[in-house]
Amino acid sequence: MAAPYDDAPTGPLIVGTRTDAELVDQLLSPIWTRKSRRWLLAYGITSVGALALLVFATWTVWTGIGLWGNNIPVAWAFAITNFVWWIGIGHAGTFISAILLLFEQKWRTSINRFAEAMTLFAVMQAGLFPLLHLGRPWFFYWLIPYPASMEVWPNFKSALPWDAAAVFTYFTISLLFWYTGVVPDLAAVRDRTPKRWQKIVYGVFALGWRGSASHLRHYRIVYGLLGGLATPLVLSVHSVVSSDFAIAQLPGWHSTIFPPYFVAGAIFSGFAMVLTLMIPIRRVFGFTNVITDRHVDNVCKMILVTGWIVAYSYFCEFFLAWYGGEPAEMYTMFRGLPTGPNCWTFWLTMFCNVVIPQLFWFRWFRTHGLVAWVLSLLINVGMWCERFVIIALSLQRGHLPSMWHAYRPTVVDWGLLGGTIGLFSFLFVLFLRWVPVIPTSEVRELNHEISREGKREAA
Amino acid sequence: MKQRIGTPLGLVAEFASPEQLLEAIARLRARGYRQLDAFVPYPVKGLEAALDLRRSGLNYLAFAAGLFGAGFAFWLQWFVNHHLFPLNIGGRPSFAIPVFIIVTFETMVLFAGVTSFASLFWVCRLPRLAHPLFSVNGFETASLDRFWLGVNADDPTFDPEGTEAQLTELGATRVEMARGLT
Repeated sequence: MAAPYDDAPTGPLIVGTRTDAELVDQLLSPIWTRKSRRWLLAYGITSVGALALLVFATWTVWTGIGLWGNNIPVAWAFAITNFVWWIGIGHAGTFISAILLLFEQKWRTSINRFAEAMTLFAVMQAGLFPLLHLGRPWFFYWLIPYPASMEVWPNFKSALPWDAAAVFTYFTISLLFWYTGVVPDLAAVRDRTPKRWQKIVYGVFALGWRGSASHLRHYRIVYGLLGGLATPLVLSVHSVVSSDFAIAQLPGWHSTIFPPYFVAGAIFSGFAMVLTLMIPIRRVFGFTNVITDRHVDNVCKMILVTGWIVAYSYFCEFFLAWYGGEPAEMYTMFRGLPTGPNCWTFWLTMFCNVVIPQLFWFRWFRTHGLVAWVLSLLINVGMWCERFVIIALSLQRGHLPSMWHAYRPTVVDWGLLGGTIGLFSFLFVLFLRWVPVIPTSEVRELNHEISREGKREAA
Repeated sequence: MKQRIGTPLGLVAEFASPEQLLEAIARLRARGYRQLDAFVPYPVKGLEAALDLRRSGLNYLAFAAGLFGAGFAFWLQWFVNHHLFPLNIGGRPSFAIPVFIIVTFETMVLFAGVTSFASLFWVCRLPRLAHPLFSVNGFETASLDRFWLGVNADDPTFDPEGTEAQLTELGATRVEMARGLT
């Protein structure tokens, strides 16, 4: 193996020659150095967003989901759109941490930790929406098979228990995988921080890890196993989510292309979110030596590849509607979506998800942080619109024209969407401040490998 | 072994690089030492082979747990949706293998994942917050940038003075005695 590390035109994976001690200090010191005012500002702004979520969620539970713009036939609107959007974002974290691990892609090393954290926080936001959409969220446990006194059971032939199983498994495995990876770094914080309370707190979370070789032989196997177990989840979770739609009869939903189409869209949107988070992180912490231009370049290329799979799926949907010749399907795809109510979201989807990624063919767009960041935001918007188109725009135009209806969101709908963005950002800011953002253990391993490679070449 | 406060448990020696560590392990093993362990900040290639550690067998446990999870979930769906409370929805069969696959698969992954995580910490005897090694001077570098080699006092070849001299001779930058806590 051992592909040369420095042959890419966008530069190496680790810039400069730092020793292990210097890398540890650089990558972990944000945890124990004095905090600047700007962190307080970040906490302040994001906690306002999180509080907004609390307000709107409480209002929804208190009054009922009549506060939302949902109505028959558009019974699933913002809530399920947000659910699909957030859970899709999570997929890139698992893709980076699990699939790139199995393929031994070295560039995953410095970005996998925060991408996994992004997954965890995104799945938390996603899980909130089906719960709120229940209307009576305190009965969510009816989804779990337990011996109820009424002797009724969940119907496992419905897509809802599938969703519950898929999302719960996804969250649990992602959390365990993430925690297994972070333990050696927590031990490094325990051993390096000058503050006594941090030694105690990080020591507890490091579980007494001492890097023993007799532990590492199990650790490496289990880390690989969790990667192997998370890999099929990347493909299965969004396939299950897409089944919510694909097994229904509604024009615009009833399609076998949905599982691969959703998975591609999920990884596409997730990589856009990785880019959105990665570019500010490396600026704020000055981590440009470990999150290099090469990483930004690679993520942009992943967006381009998955963007083309998404574009192909759009094409297939329209082609199959035409080729199938079913009048209601043809109407939805060729009239309802492009010209019906809220059709601007359809055109925004096409612009952001099909046109914008083509800019990544040019290296200039892949290597200019601010430009790539703006484009990644547009793709996030485009992917949200795509889910809105699939859900609300299809529901607006069902089989029965007398039921046609134009959906309008309410303040509470927007508030919940904005509130989850707030909570996500708040959790992410906390993570950036208190958890080793870069997997220092793996970066040092890679650093050692690279320097040995360099010595061998020099010899 | 019954430990008493201050009982010598073994020597630990600090090395500056993984290569020096591997070299020292090979030399000590050639001299007959068998109860060796290494403490490193990141996985070192060839370390397990040098220490003659067998490959971990936890994957077999995870496989068994996965099979159990799959079997359990499939049985549960048959049991509640076919055996206990069959629902007739449009005349479709109440025992329907294709629609049971998803929950079966997800439960399989869940059981295998949770088992591998739990068994990792079980076989490592972690969490264990107080360990004699944490009282060793300078041992905190084991998670940062130094590579430590441990020689257990139970090793028949072990001899406090002789082993210490050998470790220093092999290039250890620091040799310390680990002592019992309880």
